[in-house]
Amino acid sequence: MTSERPKILTDKTHIPGIETFDVYRKNGGYTAVEKALKTMTPDEVVEEVKKSGVRGRGGAGFPMGMKWSFLAKPEGVPRYLVCNGDESEPGTFKDHWLMKTIPHLLIEGMIVSSYALGANTSYIYVRGELMYVVRILEQAIAEAKAAGFLGKNILGSGYDLELYVQPGGGAYICGEETALLESLEGKRGNPRNKPPFPAVKGLYQCPTVVNNVESISTTSWIVNNGGDAYAAIGIGRSTGTKLISASGHLKKPGVYEIPLGLPVQEFIYSDEWCGGIRDGHHLKAVVAGGSSVPILPAAMLLKTANGEDRLMSYESLSDGGFATGTMMGSGGFIAMDETACIVKNTWNFSRFYHHESCGQCSPCREGTGWMEKVLHRIEHGHGSMHDIDLLVDVAKKIEGNTICPLGDAAAWPVASAIRHFRDEFEWHITHPQEATRPGGIYKGHMELV
Amino acid sequence: MKVTIDNITIEVEPGTTILQAARKIGPEVAPPAMCYYEPLKASGGKCRACLVKVTAGSEKDPRPMPKLVPSCITQVQDGMIVENTVNEQVLETRKGIVEFLLLNHPLDCPICDQAGECHLQDFSFQHGVQQTRYEEERRTFEKQDLGPNIQLHMTRCILCYRCVFTADQITGKRVHGVLNRGDHAEISTYIEKAIDNDFSGNVIDVCPVGALTDKTYRFKNRVWFTKPVDAHCDCEKCSGKVTLWYRGDEVIRVTARKNQWGEVLDFICNTCRFERKNTADWTIEGPTKVARHSVISANKYGANKIVPEFARRLAASQYKDVHEGRDTSQLTIKQLPEERFKQLIPPAGESAVAGIRSIQNWAEDK
Repeated sequence: MTSERPKILTDKTHIPGIETFDVYRKNGGYTAVEKALKTMTPDEVVEEVKKSGVRGRGGAGFPMGMKWSFLAKPEGVPRYLVCNGDESEPGTFKDHWLMKTIPHLLIEGMIVSSYALGANTSYIYVRGELMYVVRILEQAIAEAKAAGFLGKNILGSGYDLELYVQPGGGAYICGEETALLESLEGKRGNPRNKPPFPAVKGLYQCPTVVNNVESISTTSWIVNNGGDAYAAIGIGRSTGTKLISASGHLKKPGVYEIPLGLPVQEFIYSDEWCGGIRDGHHLKAVVAGGSSVPILPAAMLLKTANGEDRLMSYESLSDGGFATGTMMGSGGFIAMDETACIVKNTWNFSRFYHHESCGQCSPCREGTGWMEKVLHRIEHGHGSMHDIDLLVDVAKKIEGNTICPLGDAAAWPVASAIRHFRDEFEWHITHPQEATRPGGIYKGHMELV
Repeated sequence: MKVTIDNITIEVEPGTTILQAARKIGPEVAPPAMCYYEPLKASGGKCRACLVKVTAGSEKDPRPMPKLVPSCITQVQDGMIVENTVNEQVLETRKGIVEFLLLNHPLDCPICDQAGECHLQDFSFQHGVQQTRYEEERRTFEKQDLGPNIQLHMTRCILCYRCVFTADQITGKRVHGVLNRGDHAEISTYIEKAIDNDFSGNVIDVCPVGALTDKTYRFKNRVWFTKPVDAHCDCEKCSGKVTLWYRGDEVIRVTARKNQWGEVLDFICNTCRFERKNTADWTIEGPTKVARHSVISANKYGANKIVPEFARRLAASQYKDVHEGRDTSQLTIKQLPEERFKQLIPPAGESAVAGIRSIQNWAEDK
């Protein structure tokens, strides 16, 4: 790896023993806490985060500083900061890696962010499957507390903060912020109707900010180096760096920290990053931001509709809307070569959403199951031509009509797969015997790169 | 605060929801509601049947809302303009919601106990399409007894959560909730415990479909053959205001009274509901005015006059009275002779006499 690339989250991750407090502290850890608590007011911290332009890394890409400024501040009511570590999106595994590799980075970010928001109790909600990460974080919190960075009167500043780790029950839906809050309160993880938004009525009906692990982890760098320095990295409104979980038929899959604005072509093929598609194969399609975002054919991913190089940034990836674009999402970059079956992949994603729908609102509860069953039928050679239009119609009726974005997340992959790979669906229906044979794969017209 | 719904403007209190405002105007513009239930706190927002289009958010900010909004939980703003029955997108979405709700719901109304007073039946008749596109297997569950008087048939459930809120808010100790996720979620009592509570029977009244039924009434009669009569008693547990459902001179069911929207006015106790099934237990007030439109009560209660659109659909479906144009002399069905009707209720104290008098008046009106 070349060293000129800005590293905000991964600059220390190669150091052995960085998960312990002593090593982290020796390598410049917790200086942001000292700087913020001793020399800055909470509003100044918020101002720096606003200046940095950092956007929520959980998927929606909402500017974090703006989210913070929406927080209601009524007198005598506690405020909460909740860190969303319920990363469960198929294809995304960056938060898991970050938390287990460098837990103190998140804790430092939590202290700084809680101070900025005036929260005296904060929570890190971690996905239930990751119990060992919960233990790592609890260990790290105990170390930080022993060193005086948590608890009462931190560093003599008069600011108190208690930080807790709460494991979830392992439900994807609890990554939705209001479902997460319900779950944190000990209830069934059903998303709430909005409004009211968590910034007004969140955890225990008090103003709450919910931020992703990666977003919170950036705050200590922003405090140390200033919001302007962060904004200098990246391109346009996509500032800073982003962790990308690269998986699929790549030579070097893994978690990469990229400066936003990196050309997609370079990210896939450069030896600095993924190193290209595995030998003898060609790129067929990419899911660029985790399973929820629309799938794109390789050619459409590398070039926008205007013929420009597509960049790894919020704006460039969504260029062209859903007709020719996709979304940054949570950065789950899944590359597929020509051996991947789009129908099977879509069915697999659908099966996931069917399994994870909370069942609260009818379009998502019934629609996800319906799409899964129809896709199962097509994949197994029992489909008929009108099933394709049926899927499009069902996806359209779910999209936008549900309580939370899970409905949209279930509808988009199906709608986009049919939009871009309709031939392949039709081939599955017209050639059921070939399609269901082991290794039977669509070999018709494909634009491979 | 002024709000315009389907080009009709109405003045409402701040804090009113779009659905409540629309109901104030009348049933023509009121969106259907499968999960929202006014007497229950926090209900609504789940079924998405009441989605409407807000074409102008408020006087101050007249931008339209990007998505359809659930009218049952969206509060009106001054100068808000809402489109319900006049918006194509809303009607199209509603068609989709009916389809979704019916996916896993058995289409066996002829053998379902709720038929005739089923909200889903009405909803699908008004907004649904004639054919299903669903070819897969429906989810099914075994019937389950929740205590001695209530039966749960999850197969029919549309997960509106009304019974969960009832159990949570009306009864003291919560023993009733939702297990599992997605389309395999089910209503259940914790650890197979029977609902043992004086007000548990109300879950039957709030259920929009035939998922929760009264075991003392189940399959005794079709609802449209029964005669509802308002009555009350001095009950130490509840208000004692109920509707009695007669078959001949027998009280076969006791329910709470409901308003025009099918919402319970006063929740009643289990003693009134399951044990007081003699006319002598009650002071009869008179025949129940059934204003709620439904497929089956349409002709009987003249509901077609209330909802003109509904009448048009009835005409289109060539609905006919069973006796119309048929030679009924060949059948064994006969109209109940008036004298027989007058003898319906045996005298039992003064209250019953008053009751008979009101029933007689009712019979004469007919």
